[in-house]
Amino acid sequence: MEKKEAPPKWMEVLVPLVSVASALLIAGFFLALQGIPPLELYSKMLAGSFASYHGISYTIVKTIPLLLCGAGLVLAFKANIWNIGAEGQLLMGAVAATWVALYAMPSAPSYLVIPAMFAFGFIAGALWGLVPGYLKSKLAVNEIITTLMMNYIAIKLVEYLIYGPWRGEEEWGFPITDKFPEAAWLPRIPGTSVHIPTLILALLSAALVYLLLYKTKVGYEARVYGSNPEAARYAGISSEKVILLVMAISGGLAGLAGVGEVAGIHRRLRYPWSISCGYGFAAIIVAFLARLNPLAAIISAIFLGGLFVGGDAVQMAFGLPVGVVNMFNGLMLLCLVSGEFALKYRVRVK
Amino acid sequence: MFEDVAISLKIAVEAGTPILLASLGEIYAERSGVLNLGVEGMMMLGAVVGFATTLTTKNPILGVLLASLVAALLSLVHAFACVSLKANQVVSGLALTMLGVGISGVLGRQFVGSPLPVRVAEASIPGLSDIPLIGKALFSHDPFVYLSYALVVILWFVLYKTKLGIEIRAVGEDPSAADAAGVNVALVQYGCVALGGALAGLGGAYLSVVYTPAWIENMTAGRGWIAIALVIFAMWDPLRAVIGAYLFGGLEALQFRLQQALFFGYRIPVTLLGSLPYIATIAVLVFASSEAVRKRIGAPSALGKPYFREERVF
Repeated sequence: MEKKEAPPKWMEVLVPLVSVASALLIAGFFLALQGIPPLELYSKMLAGSFASYHGISYTIVKTIPLLLCGAGLVLAFKANIWNIGAEGQLLMGAVAATWVALYAMPSAPSYLVIPAMFAFGFIAGALWGLVPGYLKSKLAVNEIITTLMMNYIAIKLVEYLIYGPWRGEEEWGFPITDKFPEAAWLPRIPGTSVHIPTLILALLSAALVYLLLYKTKVGYEARVYGSNPEAARYAGISSEKVILLVMAISGGLAGLAGVGEVAGIHRRLRYPWSISCGYGFAAIIVAFLARLNPLAAIISAIFLGGLFVGGDAVQMAFGLPVGVVNMFNGLMLLCLVSGEFALKYRVRVK
Repeated sequence: MFEDVAISLKIAVEAGTPILLASLGEIYAERSGVLNLGVEGMMMLGAVVGFATTLTTKNPILGVLLASLVAALLSLVHAFACVSLKANQVVSGLALTMLGVGISGVLGRQFVGSPLPVRVAEASIPGLSDIPLIGKALFSHDPFVYLSYALVVILWFVLYKTKLGIEIRAVGEDPSAADAAGVNVALVQYGCVALGGALAGLGGAYLSVVYTPAWIENMTAGRGWIAIALVIFAMWDPLRAVIGAYLFGGLEALQFRLQQALFFGYRIPVTLLGSLPYIATIAVLVFASSEAVRKRIGAPSALGKPYFREERVF
């Protein structure tokens, strides 16, 4: 076994495809053991997510947060910074947007309140990412666990708000806030739930992460730090600067996703799992399926979006729990990371 | 009051036991150089398998054994990806967590809300359990708690006092040197990862069969991640893992207390109290990181790095 030179382009496309196919195959086998016909399940998933106007629009709705979080994670993972906290950063963006819409400027017109929600959402997500970032840069605290713990803390905070001080007055005691004033509703494509400003921001975020990584000095520094921290140090690159910047941007982008979910879809803050059914975690797969290419992340986010929609469709049809999407996700990521082997090494039999 | 403290300590030990078991396993995996972030998924799978088996066979011992076995099998997926295919250990571990959580959701869907027909009885140790405070806190538990005591001692002894322990540590510090000395690096790593899986599964099953006892989706609630944080806090030493695990167990006991307590006439909301373990985990990591810097103790040198055997010329 030996290391390969850079793999050919077609291999870089083929390997993720084969990985996804093997994941579906393994999952199908497992489901068949559980008495669920896999072919019927997959065709239902495909029909639910990509076969109708309604399905496609729903897939785009799910693509938006996946792409925003995923683009941020591409940036973080390129710098070898393991931000596993997109889920919590997203929720904090949702909290900030709710605060703006219901408490800070409840009677402001749309052209003020919508930009304010996105601005505060970005800041809240960035701050939530900067806590682990600061601990990593100053005290060398492992960011994998701290970002993950920040997820749980964000979930508890949202629960506290909706059960406590922010519980809606018009909601018969349900743990949800009041509805946002209409000025804070994001415009949608008519007949769908696709919230336009966030969709544009999501596409922009992929392009901006690309430009940042490949066309700016700081992006170059992040990549050098990511591939070899020692070399970065000798080159005089400040690890502190890279870590803080990367955590702020990837956290901020996840925060924007949170704004989109509450202001674009629910129009209120509600139970954490209803705001984000694991987008922050699935975004990890978006990043790796795209092999950390921010533009390819657009495609992988659409694919994962379809998987979520298809998952919803079959949950009802086959009585499966939410876990089934998690299972696909885990298998896919395992196959992807194992598939890297084919890209990096050559096995020689002597 | 005295009795109250004793009961709180007893709860602390029981609440800390699943975390302790998972931490012990992860210590071995990491000592052999393999970081396994799949602990949460393996615990969850252990919890559902343990519960389902106990429910259908009415035999908690069989349930716990099968839970360990299945979780160990799941961990072998990680070992295969990381040891044989040299995959990125962080990503593979995260995937393992997603997979474990997902599978347990699918497997457990028919068990939500089922009551367990058998209970694991407490077995106080005669004599020792009569010691004031300590007796109640440490020696009036179910047998699995005593098993965890034994495991702490055995795993510490094996790691520091036996040839196998030296081999494991050598693989984690310098696999090429260990390889040159004739140690089968891949075998040691596979073994340690599987042990980690078995213990995480045991911890999960303890949660669903003994401690709670019930199957609730996402019932491990981050304990797997706390266990990974505790490995750092424990400086990869099984004895020190005990302190951390009971500290977190104690926090859980404290949460119950604080839920009833009034502060200047106010009750602390349950949701905010619920974030206590997660904040404490970050605090513990900050503490451990600064101590590691001060004492110059670090992770096993080869942790997270795949090992390539150089082509050797004879």
